[in-house]
Order: sequence, then structure tokens, then C-alpha cells
Amino acid sequence: MRHELSTPVGREEVLKLRVGDVVYLSGVIVTARDRAHRRALELPKEEIPVSFNVIYHCGPLVKKQNERWEVLSAGPTTSARMEPYLASLLEKFSTRLIIGKGGFSPAAKELFKKHTAAYLAFTGGAGALAARAIKRVLAVHWLDLGIPEALWVLEVAEFGPLIVAMDAHGESVYQE
Amino acid sequence: MRSQLVELIRVAVTSLPRDVEEALQRTLEREENPLARLQLETILKNVAYARERRLPLCQDTGVPIFFVRGFGNLSEVEREIKQAVRETTRTVPLRPSIVDAITRKNTGDNTGEGMPVIHFEGGEEQSIIFLAKGAGSENVSRAKMLPASEGVAGIKRFVVETVRSAGAKPCPPVIVGVGIGGTLDLAAKLAKEALLQPLSQRNPREELSKLEEELLEEINALGIGAMGMGGSTTCLAVKVLASACHTASLPVAVNIQCWAYRYARLRRVDEEWVVEQ
Repeated sequence: MRHELSTPVGREEVLKLRVGDVVYLSGVIVTARDRAHRRALELPKEEIPVSFNVIYHCGPLVKKQNERWEVLSAGPTTSARMEPYLASLLEKFSTRLIIGKGGFSPAAKELFKKHTAAYLAFTGGAGALAARAIKRVLAVHWLDLGIPEALWVLEVAEFGPLIVAMDAHGESVYQE
Repeated sequence: MRSQLVELIRVAVTSLPRDVEEALQRTLEREENPLARLQLETILKNVAYARERRLPLCQDTGVPIFFVRGFGNLSEVEREIKQAVRETTRTVPLRPSIVDAITRKNTGDNTGEGMPVIHFEGGEEQSIIFLAKGAGSENVSRAKMLPASEGVAGIKRFVVETVRSAGAKPCPPVIVGVGIGGTLDLAAKLAKEALLQPLSQRNPREELSKLEEELLEEINALGIGAMGMGGSTTCLAVKVLASACHTASLPVAVNIQCWAYRYARLRRVDEEWVVEQ
């Protein structure tokens, strides 16, 4: 089944997603990798400069031109690295969608179910294609972590195809 | 030069460096345990004796390893490569992905201590191969010193288990480079070099060619599939390079390459440098 979703994504919409479904997403997403996760979990919620409604595991390749950031390539990074932070993240920020590649271990299935969230996989290595769906850089935070690790707030239009790889019903596309 | 090399090896195996010997001496002076003192005394006696008689200190004279540096124009090549990386980081551009290993501070230009990785090798033809290797596939690569008795069966188990546990993380379908033999570091280097072989090129060594085919079949039977979504093709090709090794060792390294194999070669053709792929 194909879904066209817009951010912010709510509980009801997430519950409609089933493993194997295809999603095209429009709206605002935020990139976060290992170090950003750690900082986001350390800081009090009111000091977090972004909404984590949709998180994208990605360290984009960007270029600054005329004082404006342009995203040139922005495929997903390996999500498993962020698995140690997953439980606390879903708990603290009520994140509804995580986009990445490679998935999490089977233990994460329960977490997505418990917090009514879903994991969407974008094709690893398809960075240029992902960048094509990114219309604008709305903001960047925590650049002190380095360009790949910073929080990039991106406006996307019909970003996809994203595969529902772990859904909010405890199912996963990845074999055990 | 030959005679100097021979002397280099001889001195190394028959004589302990002074600082090591002095450290052993100091240890003996501090040591109170009588059994330990006896061991240290015997060691120092052996060192003195071997030096005097020009005999190898130990019967296991190990694997011969050389680090050849500063020959010819290598330092210039290194400088040029580093500058090219800095320049392309700005112009192509490349993502600045290199950080200090301890502070994790990004260097900003994809260079750093020991970065980029440059292996200098011999050869008749001048060429420079460039491989852009992502971390997703590198992070799930492994090296292991297997018990020598495990043989080919052990090698296969290790390779298949490495790919199995990597799952979807390295962006399958992958290319699997396997380095067998040498030492821990050489096996790892061979595994990386194995990735440079053209996919369709048949391994000239019959037993390695057979191993490649069998590994490919076993890996593809894992059912990981493209991006971990299942299916029959987890691996595009397995490439094996082997080197001789110590009779007590069986080093094996597995270097996994994501489908996005970023490779190009600079080659000298009729006085001109040509980029090939």
C-alpha cells in the first residue's frame, strides 16, 4: 500500500502503516546521528532547538553557497548505530517516524509498538536521489559536532520511496 | 644494499635493543619474587650470550616485516595526494568525514593523522587507485587470528558469519573481500586489495577460485538480500587474496564493500596520466 504523509505525523497515521508499505513523505524532517542523539538525550527538552517528530539517520553532504546551505547528497546512514538511544529517544520526544537504513535488532520491534512509532527504510547509497527530494535547509544546529553529526532541519517533498520496515504493530521486514 | 639488509636482519634477531635490555635489568633489580627473579636472570643471560655468540635470541624468529619509507618520490606523492583530498573536499565536494580518533573533532578537510590511508607498493607500472570507502561497510568488516587447524572450513565459517551478522548494515548487495594469511595487518590489507579485482576476473589459483564460488553461494543462501529486505542476492562477488603465513597462524580478514563501489584508477599511458574506471 502507498501512503502520502505530511509532517507532523500523528499516531493515527502511524498506526495505518504496515510492514512492506511504501511511503512518500513531505514536510520537515531532522537529521541526527550518534552524537546528536547523545546530546539530545543529555539536554533538557526545552533546550532542544528542533522537533523530533520525524528523525532522519543521515549525515548530509552539503555545500554553502552565497550564505545558503545546499544539500548535494543525503542518503541514510546505518541505523543500528543509534539503537542504544532508541528507547530513551522514543520515550522523551514521542518521535513518530525514524528514517534510516539497515534497521534495528528484533528487540526494537517492541519499542516501536509501545511508542506507536515506525521505522522507514530509504535505500542506502542513494544519496543524490534523496537530495533531490530535499527542497531547502531550514536550519542547522549543533554544527560544533561537525557537518555530518549536526542537526539539519530539512524541508522535503515526496521523499521516497520509503519502505515501512518496522511498524507500530510489532512487525519487521528484517529476518531474525 | 643486499649486505646491509642482511646485517639489519642479523642484528635484529641476535641482539636486544639496549633500552629493552636496560628495562629488563631494572625490573630484575625491583623484583622480589624469587621465581620471577630467576626468569629475569635467565633472560638477561640469554641476551648476553646470544649477542656474544651472534646467535638468534629465540628459535621463533617470526614473520619478516619491513616498513619501507622515504624511497624515491614517495613523500612528494603523499603530499600531492593529501592536497588533492583537501582540494576535492572543497570542490567536488566531499563530505568531511574524518575526525580525530580520540577527541572526535572533525578535521574539516578529510585529512588527519595518517589520513588518507596510503599504501606504497612496488611494481613496474605507475598507477594510483582511489577507493572511497564508506563506514557502513567498513564498520562491519572483521579480522581474526584463527587457530591454524581450522583450515579452509574455519575460514568459510568466519567469512559467512561476518556477512550474516552484518545483515543489512553494509548496504547489500555487497562485494566481499577476503584476505587470508600473512599477519593480522597484512590479512586486513589483502582483504581490502581483494576488492580491487575486477568482479568477473577468475582467481588464478584454483583452490581460491573454488573458495570464492562456494562462499558466494553460502552467503547468498543467507537470504539477507538487498538492503536487508530479503531475497537471493546478498553478495555480488567474493574476492580472495592469500599470502603465506607463520606455521602457527591463520589470519583471516573480511572487508565488506557496499554496492556503491567508488573506485577509479590513474594510470600512466604514453607519458600521460589517464583516469580509468
